[in-house]
Amino acid sequence: MSGEQTQASSETDIETETAPREVETGADAVVRSLENAGVEHVFGVQGGAIMPVYDALYHSEIRHVTMAHEQGAAHAADAYGIVSGDPGVCMATSGPGATNLVTGIADANMDSDPVVALTGQVPTEFVGNDAFQETDTIGVTGPVTKANVFADDSDTVGTDVGTAFALADRGRQGPTLVDLPKDVTNGDTETTPGVPELPDTYDPPETADAEAVSAAAEELVRADRPAILAGGGVIKAEASEALRSFAKEHEIPVITTMPGTGAFPEDHELSLEIAGMHGTGYANMAITVTDCLLAVGTRFDDRLTGGVETFAPDAQIIHVDIDPAEISKNIEADHPLVGDAKAVLGQLADAMPGSPSTDAWLKQCETWKEEYPMEYAAPEDEPVKPQYLVERFDEATDDDTIVTTGVGQHQMWAWQYWTWKVPRTWVTSHGLGAMGYGLPSAIGAKFAAPERDVVCFDGDGSFLMTCQGLSVAVRENLDITVVVLNNDAIGMVRQWQDAFFGERHMASEYPWVPEFDTLAEAFGARGFRIDTYDEVDEVIEEAMGYDGPSVVDAHIDPDENVYPMVPSGGDNGLFALTEGQL
Amino acid sequence: MSRREEVQRQGLKGPSPEERRRPIGRRNSQGIRIDPAVAAEPEPRRTTISAYVKNEPGVLAGVSGLFHRRQFNIESLTVGPTQNEGYSRITLVVEEPDPGIDQIKKQLNKLVPVVHVRELDSDPVACELVILKIDGDEPDKVQAITEMYDGRTLDAGPETITVQITGTEGKIDDAIDAYEQFNIREIARTGQAALARGAEETARVDEKHT
Ligand SMILES: Cc1ncc(C[n+]2csc(CCOP(=O)(O)OP(=O)(O)O)c2C)c(N)n1
Repeated sequence: MSGEQTQASSETDIETETAPREVETGADAVVRSLENAGVEHVFGVQGGAIMPVYDALYHSEIRHVTMAHEQGAAHAADAYGIVSGDPGVCMATSGPGATNLVTGIADANMDSDPVVALTGQVPTEFVGNDAFQETDTIGVTGPVTKANVFADDSDTVGTDVGTAFALADRGRQGPTLVDLPKDVTNGDTETTPGVPELPDTYDPPETADAEAVSAAAEELVRADRPAILAGGGVIKAEASEALRSFAKEHEIPVITTMPGTGAFPEDHELSLEIAGMHGTGYANMAITVTDCLLAVGTRFDDRLTGGVETFAPDAQIIHVDIDPAEISKNIEADHPLVGDAKAVLGQLADAMPGSPSTDAWLKQCETWKEEYPMEYAAPEDEPVKPQYLVERFDEATDDDTIVTTGVGQHQMWAWQYWTWKVPRTWVTSHGLGAMGYGLPSAIGAKFAAPERDVVCFDGDGSFLMTCQGLSVAVRENLDITVVVLNNDAIGMVRQWQDAFFGERHMASEYPWVPEFDTLAEAFGARGFRIDTYDEVDEVIEEAMGYDGPSVVDAHIDPDENVYPMVPSGGDNGLFALTEGQL
Repeated sequence: MSRREEVQRQGLKGPSPEERRRPIGRRNSQGIRIDPAVAAEPEPRRTTISAYVKNEPGVLAGVSGLFHRRQFNIESLTVGPTQNEGYSRITLVVEEPDPGIDQIKKQLNKLVPVVHVRELDSDPVACELVILKIDGDEPDKVQAITEMYDGRTLDAGPETITVQITGTEGKIDDAIDAYEQFNIREIARTGQAALARGAEETARVDEKHT
């Protein structure tokens, strides 16, 4: 298969080739369904079994972005979904194309990101014969999708895609997949699909039970040490404004989970920033001794809770979630409020009989902020500290700048040291922790928000996993900046080896990393390098100023580790501030 | 504002773990707040869950995959068509502590083709079937046991006798015990099918799903 692009290459071609078409084939119906859903971009890679759908796309206004690897297509679609709020669409051929998508689909599933994946499949008559590039994509992706479906009829394939779109978008968002056998997409049909509709067996809840809301409101007002935990569901439900005004009105401090970061502005005095394994000391103190936790749109992931035995053990838990299965899954909810986060926050605001008296508690939180500052040691004559780079990029860019990352220490520093103010700006692989997420997600984010700056903080290890995406960024002339926080190591692994494996650095040091600035130039991007503090500001200015993709190879202090740290399954209140405390 | 300090130091500043304020309470491994002095881990219990589902390809794979993936303890699973075309009933016997049973119901409900899920009360109308193939040396004795358990002989030859017993799980267990005195060559058991007792509906579904 040649990897030729389906995009018409010049303006004139587009005008003559994209006249609206009648639906004649299953593939036309697939594309029409995407159009009906308002899809503007699709990320994918061509291949035998998906060719009919690409051919139908040729006649559509939908913009296809050819990616260098299907994993990147799925991550790009995921980031597109995070930034825009609407499902991102990715597409791949059968077999290896589909299996390459799996990491990105699994990531979207963990983080409840709206993604629609379309995969080619061998013709129906060959299914089950181990045909060339046949994989049981439905079987493989079942455990990592919200729903998936094997399209078996050219007349209904358009509706299948519409349903997949609606399911990805509505209720608790998530990835869906439609497997498209080539005979079904090639087959004739006269059925033009309508707008996406949910199946009649799926009915997401809106508002919570009114009595439960009143009981929760009374609990909250009675509390001495209340705290709000804002999860990713707050952002997904567009409930950040509602949460902000609720917290301010009742003067309740706010902690965010990793996916909830951006739901509440970190420069506000009520913000305790982030909790969990690498959360701030003050957030982990507060979440440990709170007596009433209003948790909104969070699934109480173990990286947040540490050991459940010691998670908020004195707290009445008010849990707001659109997914009833999240209630009491990991942490028992004393007040389960099932519904859309925005709607339920509205109900709760109306039901509050007063406000809790939080003066003493807020003072305590302030004291913790003073006692556990995030100040890091960074002497001038040592290699540059990664925290400083994150802070300087933050200061040099607008508040709505989108930040993506790989997975590892750099991801944690970006999370800790960027001051988050705006929802949908923090784009990372939370639940799956997929190295390689950074660059492809930056590409997807840029397509979703072309007018905004996009910075990707990557690790040297993570960047090596998907740096082929630079070819896409260069071809599409995407103005994104990749900052490789280069420590010549897969640092997070090395940090754990230092702490838990007797400093035996087995397979975690990378003395062979390429020069990333030179690598960038080879792709046709701009490359920069930072070794010392006095180069930092100049490089930031040049890299951010360059109108196209750039890579900053920032050689950071290889000995720097991430703190605070709660060891896996540990007690949040006993977070370590140095290795000696682990 | 940068939090950089041009100093030499390991890690971050702040009171050490021993100096910090500590909570009083505790949760158990299920995330439930407990009195650390009294509470024990919740005990598993056996119960029957009934799911009314749309007949879509993969629905059974979805259900069994779910149980495997989430480590739910499943004793038996049966599936078959209902009086409504296009819909099946899945009956599951599970053994879990209460939070697990709650999760099973909710996770099943999340599967798109699942229309309705409920736990049947402790005394549903429940039945299963077993087929046993037994050595044929003592046909009279085998026949006596078969009659005692209201069973039927399905096949009898010089070498083997094959019988069927239907009834509750307990009755079937007892019957198998009784046949143990002969040589049981093979057993095939269906798992339990169940409906709610009396006039009560097993699945409350609106008309679009009948
Ligand atoms: C795909 C994948 N493989 C392996 C891991 C395990 N892992 C977690 S963090 C990490 C190190 C990442 O190294 P790098 O990208 O250089 O970032 P650093 O920690 O050095 O900042 C590894 C290997 C992972 N998260 N994802």
